[in-house]
Amino acid sequence: MVIRTENLTKKYGKMTAVDSLNLHIEEGEIFGLLGPNGAGKTTLISMLCTILKPTSGRAWVNGFDIVKESAKVRKSIGIVFQQPSVDDLLTGRENLAMHNLLFGVPRDIRKQRITEVLSIVNLEKRADELVNTYSGGMRRRLELARGIMHHPKILFLDEPTLGLDPQTREHIWEYIKDLAEKECMTVLLTTHYMDEAEQLCDRVAIIDYGKIAALDSPQTLKNKIVGDVVKLKQKNPDIEAIRRLDYVRNVQEKDGLLYLSIKDASKHLQDLLTHTGPIDFVEVRSGTLNDVFLHYTGREIRDAGAEGGFWERVMKK
Amino acid sequence: MNGIISGLEGIYAVWLREAKIYVREKERLISSAISPLLWIFGFGAGIGSTVESVEGFSYMVFIYPGILVMAVLFTSLFYGIYIIWDRKLDFLKEVLVAPVSRASVFAGKMLGGVTDAMVQVIFLLIIGLIINAPLSPISIIQAFLMLLLISIAMVSIGLVIGANLQSPEGFSLVINFVMWPLFFFSGALYPVGKLSPWLAYATSINPLTYGVDALRGIILGTHQFPIYLDVAVMLIFAVIAMGLGVLSFRRM
Repeated sequence: MVIRTENLTKKYGKMTAVDSLNLHIEEGEIFGLLGPNGAGKTTLISMLCTILKPTSGRAWVNGFDIVKESAKVRKSIGIVFQQPSVDDLLTGRENLAMHNLLFGVPRDIRKQRITEVLSIVNLEKRADELVNTYSGGMRRRLELARGIMHHPKILFLDEPTLGLDPQTREHIWEYIKDLAEKECMTVLLTTHYMDEAEQLCDRVAIIDYGKIAALDSPQTLKNKIVGDVVKLKQKNPDIEAIRRLDYVRNVQEKDGLLYLSIKDASKHLQDLLTHTGPIDFVEVRSGTLNDVFLHYTGREIRDAGAEGGFWERVMKK
Repeated sequence: MNGIISGLEGIYAVWLREAKIYVREKERLISSAISPLLWIFGFGAGIGSTVESVEGFSYMVFIYPGILVMAVLFTSLFYGIYIIWDRKLDFLKEVLVAPVSRASVFAGKMLGGVTDAMVQVIFLLIIGLIINAPLSPISIIQAFLMLLLISIAMVSIGLVIGANLQSPEGFSLVINFVMWPLFFFSGALYPVGKLSPWLAYATSINPLTYGVDALRGIILGTHQFPIYLDVAVMLIFAVIAMGLGVLSFRRM
């Protein structure tokens, strides 16, 4: 077990950002933290990275206590932040060289290691140009390269593809998968892109209001919680009657449409339609992680006020 | 031993970054060369045309030590604003999560600022030779060391202010309240020998007065206080400022 938390809690004044969280992450997995804005993902990651001190509870990263052995924790992890943090006026190579010095990478392997990580993220050709000439995707790649420089056992990624175009995102996913495999790393990432979690993660935890609402592999969550989704439109639907059907797991109504989670639509659709009577519109599709997410966190829009960037969080402590 | 090496490497990493940025941001180099030139030739020569001489020196030469201190003061204090930009641009995070002590991070930043200021000093010492300030090889070295000490103290103060503030606008406001009194009550522009009692008091509690006095002593040979007192005051001031700096960085 490379990460373990025990009733980990962080409070900002009256607001509880992370609420008695117990989490176990095994070696070698890619683990995703999903949750709406302000759910406590970044706060949790910041505590595990020893940037924030927990209000109460304990946690161990690579066997080191995050409060008492923070220096050891920092040496054994790599971090890629939500906001880009590479230096614009340095070249890619210089950024990596600085990281080498800061993280105490042994002198004799520094040059070789820089070449290694640059080739993993395919940046060799641009390595000696200033970062301010890089695209958003290139900066992310450089940060990934920097994050793994000192052979960390765990890589923390906070929203690794935020603000990138779809092509670039797919590339970054490939790099992350590649890294986890080649460098035998455990990866802990936060995201609110469900496709990202489905593509990348072995297991995901859905976090809301600072607590774990669900935790399993994306496939299991989909099978167990959602199954298939049937979208229905009907005048005056009898929601209660639909809810009573034993294969219907969940009913949500939004904008005059009903969203039903159904165990096996191909088997039960006929029966369902005889129960509902005449309808205006029906659509059947297999459930996605997005449906699981909405199942736990609801469909209403959250007040974004609680969300803060990394610094706002840190400065508020 | 390992701790010391990693500490020194941390300092070196942060300093190296600062030095590279300084050289690459041409505006910074150019402005730090031009503003003291304006003071010496624009202000010193202008006032000098109406003032006969001060303590036997032309006014331009008389204020030369004061201009040296001023250049160091301004550059050093304003350097603290970069810590705010670093934080806004998120660069600093990478450094703060690194397994190096905050004292190392502070020392690296501080030396980065001192480097900026001392590049300017070298430039000004060359100008000093051009305007015929009485400089000798020994006095140049002494002046350089004294200015180094002043710079260490002032960069630290700038970083303390920067580390405790969130916005560049706020920094500019606060720094003006620190910088101008330090400068005006330091005797950089006038001799402190024959001042009215309140002004004499204001200058005597200003640590920078002792820095100016030391430089005037080193370069012109006229001074108000013994040199060991000047050095002692600046040294104590620098140590306190660095201590506050390390504390501020720990809280960051």
